[in-house]
Amino acid sequence: MTAVEIPAGGSGARTGRRVALPNRAYRSLLVVAAAIFVALVVWYLVSLVVQARPAFTTLGVSWIFQKVWDPTHNRFGLLPFILGTVETTAIALVLAVPIGLGSALALAHLVPDRLKAPLSTAVELLAAVPSVVYGLWGLIVVAPVFRSTVEPFLSSAFGWTGLFNGPADGVGLLLAGIILFVMVLPTMVAISRDVLAVVPREQVEGAMALGATRWQVLHKVVIPGARTGILGGFTLAMGRALGETVAVALIIGNSPYIAHSVMSPAATLATLLVNNFGEATGTELAALFGAALVLLVIGVAVNAVARLLVPSSALSGAVPVAVG
Amino acid sequence: MIEPIPASASLGTEPDDLPGVTSGQIPVIRPQGDTVMRLRDVAVSFSGRSAVRGVSFDVHEGEITALIGPSGSGKTTLLRALNRMHDAERSASVTGSIMLGDLDVYAPSTDATLLRTRVGMVFQRPNPFPTMSIYENAVAGLRFNGVRKKALLDEAAESALIAAALWDSVHDRLKTHASTLSGGEQQRLCIARALAVEPDVLLMDEPTSALDPIATKRIEELVGELKHRVTIVIVTHNMQQAMRVSDQCAFLLMGEDKAGELVEFGPTATLFSEPSDPRTLDYVNGRFG
Amino acid sequence: MASTLAFDATSDPMVERRRQIHQAARASLRRRAISSRIAVGVCWLCLAIAIVPLVAVVAYVVAKGLPAWSADFFTHVTTPEGIPGGGVWNAIVGTAVIGLIATAVTVPLGLSCGLFLAQSDGRVASAVRFTADVMTGVPSITIGIFGYIAIVRNFGYSGLAGAFSIGIVMLPVIIRAGETAFRSVPRGLNEAALALGARNASIARRVVVPTALPGVITGVLLAVARGLGETAPLLLTIFGNQYMQWNPTKPMDALPLVIFYNSSQPYPDLVQIAWGAALLLLAVVLVLSIGSRVVAAVLRREKR
Repeated sequence: MTAVEIPAGGSGARTGRRVALPNRAYRSLLVVAAAIFVALVVWYLVSLVVQARPAFTTLGVSWIFQKVWDPTHNRFGLLPFILGTVETTAIALVLAVPIGLGSALALAHLVPDRLKAPLSTAVELLAAVPSVVYGLWGLIVVAPVFRSTVEPFLSSAFGWTGLFNGPADGVGLLLAGIILFVMVLPTMVAISRDVLAVVPREQVEGAMALGATRWQVLHKVVIPGARTGILGGFTLAMGRALGETVAVALIIGNSPYIAHSVMSPAATLATLLVNNFGEATGTELAALFGAALVLLVIGVAVNAVARLLVPSSALSGAVPVAVG
Repeated sequence: MIEPIPASASLGTEPDDLPGVTSGQIPVIRPQGDTVMRLRDVAVSFSGRSAVRGVSFDVHEGEITALIGPSGSGKTTLLRALNRMHDAERSASVTGSIMLGDLDVYAPSTDATLLRTRVGMVFQRPNPFPTMSIYENAVAGLRFNGVRKKALLDEAAESALIAAALWDSVHDRLKTHASTLSGGEQQRLCIARALAVEPDVLLMDEPTSALDPIATKRIEELVGELKHRVTIVIVTHNMQQAMRVSDQCAFLLMGEDKAGELVEFGPTATLFSEPSDPRTLDYVNGRFG
Repeated sequence: MASTLAFDATSDPMVERRRQIHQAARASLRRRAISSRIAVGVCWLCLAIAIVPLVAVVAYVVAKGLPAWSADFFTHVTTPEGIPGGGVWNAIVGTAVIGLIATAVTVPLGLSCGLFLAQSDGRVASAVRFTADVMTGVPSITIGIFGYIAIVRNFGYSGLAGAFSIGIVMLPVIIRAGETAFRSVPRGLNEAALALGARNASIARRVVVPTALPGVITGVLLAVARGLGETAPLLLTIFGNQYMQWNPTKPMDALPLVIFYNSSQPYPDLVQIAWGAALLLLAVVLVLSIGSRVVAAVLRREKR
């Protein structure tokens, strides 16, 4: 960082071999560091926009919502991937929110005091498990179970809804959604737990003293008190689910068509990019850059909202999640 | 609406000091003197270590009983045993007998949540529920206990807010958040919230120690008023407050083994002027911390 | 709970109200108690449901990865399918080299930026802070694409391109963790040192950094754990390499890549390599995460 000799107290009249940096130089080094960071972010955004531009100038804008992705016939449409992204995220969140909230409540208020810290730490550590490991596990361990047991069961029990009629291969939207649920769960639990645990004790006691049952205290006082933070955790979990790439790529089946059932193979914007980027050229490459830009915009928007909801401090140390 | 009834001469405060409570609205004065709560040899310990013990006294209807003593003498611990607040603490153990009328407070068949509708509590720091409005705070206890009829809720809220000397300043903004009130007002809201459930006994744990002197004075006056409506047990470390407000006092002191014990109990006037125990004499003469 | 307190029950509306309230309380007690039990039970159930898959992942990785760990696994490079004795030594080297380069660059840069943010509360600083927070959650595949655009297009696939991408993933994490750590230094210390005539830079070195050290170390270790676990940024930048490669300017291999590519292979020995690599990666990441907490706790205790 800065090579500084520490003056021995006092005014710094005596310096050693190295020269003490004047305050201004020191301060400007810090500013330069911040400027470099901002420059990198700007470069990143600009690069993606610039590279995506040809896609929009040649294909227009509505291609994002077209249904067909067929590079060999020069047809590009992102709708299947946008839908895939939305659907897998939706499945993950529909499960992660209630289960995550319930777990967080248990960790914050129901678990005996001695166990609170260890269990919470364990859940937070699990947020650090790399995404690709989940993908491996999902593909080798869970997919066969889905293929042999879960999916046949679902289509016989719920096939009448029309949602569960696809090929029961194991891989597909449902598996991706479920594995995503497992991946975002630690995020949801950790952040919710943090905000639920800091609801002031005096409010909990105030409710108790009025004759509230345990659940009434949690439901009417603790959860409302943590509302904003829980919403922020939810949004953050959404952000993670949207950006997951490799785990999903391994288990979603990678089909560029709109999925008609939860069990069909599908694809997301992220998996589209990861699978096709290496060999794409020409218009296809431009379209991929366009897809990257769309994904970026969605990701930034969701994370920005999360940031506005959750106080910064809860974000920085809590859960370093490997999104990718 | 409460039937107007001529004020009793025992009020002793200027009506102007209490906005919202005028002399025409004092509720029925209940017959004083019946025993509402009876404590016999009550002791509380945490993980085997005694926090307070040997407490026996009677709480009388319509009176204010003060628990006084230096800090650490177990006053708050004892108070919280009266509405079973220690139930939530796994390491706590309460022995002895606490009777509310015929009801054994600690009997296994007694439901703690129902008990707390008979024995309410106001805490040291005002703790209104921040996500709820003033009205919602006032009726929170009622709602928790399954009361749904709007008419009843409104009536109880109004009566309680009037009794807490808050109605006049908030009746036109009942839907605003409780956090918009000042500290003293918030505490009065908490008092109203506790009163709305119409408990038999109201426990107050140093209710003015977090407030400024003016708010403190108002609440003291309020407490003096309230005894006509509900029996009060108040913990205070402020001797002057105990003298001003209470009818009888229990003086607790921490013994050598760090456990608090009841040193003396009796009518306030006697305790302060001619206490039987020399330790009480020392305390009321300011010779303790 | 019958009340034995006698009242004049005829004309006082308060008494009537109280009767109704207590009646409602008694009547609803059973319902409320049961729903409370059920709701609390559901919460416990949720916790159980949450723990099961998380434990299962770790258990499977250990169970299936451990058999893959052999001397060959750690010392040989990848071999084509069917040829025994393959290992991930080249991937280990790649991961280590890329990780080191990324860490060496982002830690000073990120901590300086964090210190800047800790000392400013203005609007510019808020904007930078916001940017860093948002960047921690941005899809890392887009960062990989950025690395591709910026470096690979001009200089080809290389470990440096990978380090660049991983660095961008790690940077906002270190910045925010650094800022939090530096802000935890009590104001008083800063001002006291200033009053004694020390210069800002020496204040930083003597006072701020040691106090903030636990938080800084935690943040750095967590950022590294995250960086090592990322796959998408590497997929488009380092290309993978079957052979040993120490030179970061050339294409390299890395553990996450090995896992990703081998997972979907139809050859069991390759899949086993994937499990072994997964266990190794998981172990490293967990050691770093747990280690960061331990180090922080130890340092904090020593301060007292």
